[in-house]
Amino acid sequence: MTTPAAVTARGLSFAYGERQALRNIDFSVAEGSAHGFLGPNGSGKSTLFKILSTIVPPQQGNVSMFGIDLAQDPAAVRRRIGVVFQSPAVDKKLTVLENLRYAGRLYGMPRAELDRRSSELLEHADLKDRSNDRTGELSGGLRRRVEICKALLHRPALVLLDEASTGLDPAARRDMWSLLKKQTGITVLFTTHLMDEAAEADRLTLLDGGAIVAAGTPGELMRMVGGQVLEIEAQNPLALAADIRAQLGVDPKVVETMLRCDGPRVHELVSKLIDRFGDRILRVSLAHPSLADVFLHLTGKRFVVAPPEEPKKKRRRKE
Amino acid sequence: MTSPTPVRTPMLTAALALAHREIVRFLRDRSRVTGSLLQPVIFWLLFTGALHGSFKPGGQDYGSYFFVGTLAMIALFTAIFSTITVIEDRKEGFLQGVLVAPVPRAAIALGKILGGTTLGFSLGVLFLLLAPLAGVPLTIGSALLGLAVLYLVALSVTGMGFALAWVMDSTAGYHGIMMLVLMPMLLLSGAFFPMEDAHPLMAWVRWCDPMTYGVGALRHALQEGPVVGIPSFSVCLLGTAIFAVCTFSLSTWVVTRRSARDAV
Repeated sequence: MTTPAAVTARGLSFAYGERQALRNIDFSVAEGSAHGFLGPNGSGKSTLFKILSTIVPPQQGNVSMFGIDLAQDPAAVRRRIGVVFQSPAVDKKLTVLENLRYAGRLYGMPRAELDRRSSELLEHADLKDRSNDRTGELSGGLRRRVEICKALLHRPALVLLDEASTGLDPAARRDMWSLLKKQTGITVLFTTHLMDEAAEADRLTLLDGGAIVAAGTPGELMRMVGGQVLEIEAQNPLALAADIRAQLGVDPKVVETMLRCDGPRVHELVSKLIDRFGDRILRVSLAHPSLADVFLHLTGKRFVVAPPEEPKKKRRRKE
Repeated sequence: MTSPTPVRTPMLTAALALAHREIVRFLRDRSRVTGSLLQPVIFWLLFTGALHGSFKPGGQDYGSYFFVGTLAMIALFTAIFSTITVIEDRKEGFLQGVLVAPVPRAAIALGKILGGTTLGFSLGVLFLLLAPLAGVPLTIGSALLGLAVLYLVALSVTGMGFALAWVMDSTAGYHGIMMLVLMPMLLLSGAFFPMEDAHPLMAWVRWCDPMTYGVGALRHALQEGPVVGIPSFSVCLLGTAIFAVCTFSLSTWVVTRRSARDAV
């Protein structure tokens, strides 16, 4: 890739006491691209996000953003990034416009530039007629758009989004992405556990247990599975797997109550399975691989997403 | 993309934006405004109504004695209720947006403290307008001196409130500290009743209470006639100034410590 990197991370590790949240992460994000980090809860996405947004410094390894070392000069990094958090960061008691004004003042924007930029963004976000409404009165989707306007206000070169579309309906999620895509040349780095949102990425990094499982374009990742995915639901999956292995010479993976086979010719197995084991099979499905299948293929674990956790109060730790 | 603006937003620009927000939020909260305006008046009426016949501290009318104490109470209570918003800002997520902005962290403390101090001071000014009704005669000189002292007292207690609120996880915890530490500080300070004839141990403890000096300075500035049982005006003023410097330094220190807690 010839495009210069907006973000480069090398050997990034982070632990909360004994618990290792990130393990030796390496990645780079091309300027102007949308890069997604996909992983289930506890995969390390949020910790990675906290480091990239300069909230916590890396414990090991380094991150460079536009050539600036994040640990050495977080203030210079902050000026170049816009951050959208999972939990809302707008002041609900203030109006949409006031939220933007205070944010702009924190970035030292001159008033005229701030007014011009706010008006332009509110236009993009289709929020112009709501600019004097208090953000507490807006729907979740509209409030999220205000957050994105706030993050884009100072014309950052990189926008970081942490599970930003959690809780939004599909239409609000589409609005959010269309607003982001109106910003030309901007690099977007986002974390998500939503498969359809992950597909918005030019490149994706799959995380599990704080480590990178795979990286590539969504298409490349799906090709890792190869062909199609055959799922067989059975009453006794372990016994059935053993018989399939013995009689058909294929090796299905047992995942909970399901058997899975993937590969270029798995569709040929369907009729053989029905002929030989029809009475033992509850359901057979054949589909193109999804990103969830890629995750399963690479980790052997289902991509399960628990409801968002309440932030736990950790014991205060000094660095 | 390079930016023509300096890397860090100047401390005062950011702090003034945050202080302005505090004031706007206060004015939008109708119940908070009503409570802040009426609570001192009601306290003054209740205490004075109940005690004026039976209690004459140093031969002085209790109404005028407690009037000065009420000013200190306004500064303290406003400081408490304005700095408790630090915990709300953290919980509601507003703070995380400030933490990722290119502002010096001390600006967060300065903004909150300036906002809270301005509120406490302004409410004190409004209450001071009632001084003639409460039997506290004011001259321009005494009013100006009183206001200057009031600002310093408000600054010192808001700084203390910020440092406490920053390290607290919950508003309930902060209320606990308020009842355990802040209320006794107010009671020991001589705001409600004189302490010179108190039990020797308590009389000693009050010298460790920084609010004693704030209330003392206010009495020197505003009270008619001699002020007995408290150190000189300069000592009281110095004590209050030292307290303000300490609480402000403590606030900027707690806020500049980066820790994993910020991520929560």
